[in-house]
Amino acid sequence: MEEIKKTCLHGRHVAMGAQMTPFGGFDMPIQYEGIVEEHNAVRNECGVFDVSHMGEVLVTGPDAEKYVGHIFCNDVRDLPAGKILYGMMLNEKGGTVDDLLVYKRADNDFFLVINAANIDKDVAWIKGNAEGYDVEISNLSDELSELAIQGPEAESVMEQVLGIVCKELEFYTFKESLLDGKHILVSRTGYTGEDGFEVYADHDTICSLWDALMDSGRAKPCGLGCRDTLRFEVGLPLYGDELAEDISPIEAGLSMFVKLDKPEFIGKEVVERQKAEGTTRKLVGLELADRAIPRHGYEVLNDADEVVGYVTTGYRGISVDKSIAAALVNVPYNAKDTELKVRIRRKTFPARVTAKKFYKKSYKTK
Amino acid sequence: MSKIYYAPSHEYVMVDGNIGHVGISDYAQKALGNIVYVDMPEQGDDVTAGEEFGAVESVKAAEDLLSPVSGAVLNINEALIDNPRLLNEDPMGNWIMEVELSDPSELEGLMDEAAYAAYCESESH
Repeated sequence: MEEIKKTCLHGRHVAMGAQMTPFGGFDMPIQYEGIVEEHNAVRNECGVFDVSHMGEVLVTGPDAEKYVGHIFCNDVRDLPAGKILYGMMLNEKGGTVDDLLVYKRADNDFFLVINAANIDKDVAWIKGNAEGYDVEISNLSDELSELAIQGPEAESVMEQVLGIVCKELEFYTFKESLLDGKHILVSRTGYTGEDGFEVYADHDTICSLWDALMDSGRAKPCGLGCRDTLRFEVGLPLYGDELAEDISPIEAGLSMFVKLDKPEFIGKEVVERQKAEGTTRKLVGLELADRAIPRHGYEVLNDADEVVGYVTTGYRGISVDKSIAAALVNVPYNAKDTELKVRIRRKTFPARVTAKKFYKKSYKTK
Repeated sequence: MSKIYYAPSHEYVMVDGNIGHVGISDYAQKALGNIVYVDMPEQGDDVTAGEEFGAVESVKAAEDLLSPVSGAVLNINEALIDNPRLLNEDPMGNWIMEVELSDPSELEGLMDEAAYAAYCESESH
């Protein structure tokens, strides 16, 4: 077995008494005080997450724009420097290799942020498809750490505690600067449905920023437990649940990030057909009247008790006081208000098809 | 006078004569965190020592409940249906099911208070 990796903040998490668990090959904090308290801090005030497990890859060189366009299903062609796009890398079957953020630093200079569990796979994929493109690909995952500062008070915490002024930073844009002589990258992005920022820097800088936030008492330390409840309530996908090698972004309801007016990208023919002809299954939301909680992998049944899908993520919502789930179900059971059932251990419970967003995002957009 | 026994899977049974009240230990509720749902058996169900009789769910996960004893379920704690957090607040005061023991000799295979305290100590290291 491969040895489990640790972020630069690992010792601090353990010293604070965080509950630790393996995630994406890293020993990560799931919670400090409790998922509910941490979740509510992000919705109402400010929380900070150690997300140093995320991977970063730099793609540069004369063909960088052309190459990123080849492996990424969103369209970077007219993207100004300083902007960010969300999208996916697809395999030839239209399934998802990973979902990622692409930061355009300058012409032919792109910074890709990928999921921790997929770092080795993605780097191999990115390098493996580059033949014939004049690009340089650098995996910076081991050199960079990352914090996510999230919540309605995030902007003032960034400015007042960390001295990083973010007022002018629009949603899905970033800036690079020097902080005490160290290079940092700050973006107005996140994975919680709230306003917030992500900061990338070397390990020492991230440790100092974390310490400053802890000393200030203005950002609650938050674990990956509430990161999942927060992202799920606002309908954001998690790779491994809503997206996978055998799930296309069209099936997952993410068509808006798949740009078919591009000349080509890996997987285009398949997703083009899926967009035109529809898919055989679709990601939906499910709401239960009962308190029982649907969990990843549980079966979804129709009224004849035939299995017509499975749950990808499920919770007793925190900001939404209901048992809710995302599920991949066969068409036509995806129609809104369809009455389905979820098998939870030895019983089945009625579930109604809803939208995938259970809670409204509060992004700061102009 | 009732006596408390514990299973390695962190359920307790508080026994008085041939009646047992089964719940989860304080150690278990702390490890689970915020409890949001308790899946309980029904009155009249038969439960078997070492086998699943329900589940307790925190925000992040579902954990099976294993019965420390065999017997018939006489009652369930209906207060937990609407207020599962009672298990966090007072796990010993809020049992999950009441069982009529069919084989009291099963209790000999469980831990007493002192043995369970030592067991939890070793679990958390």
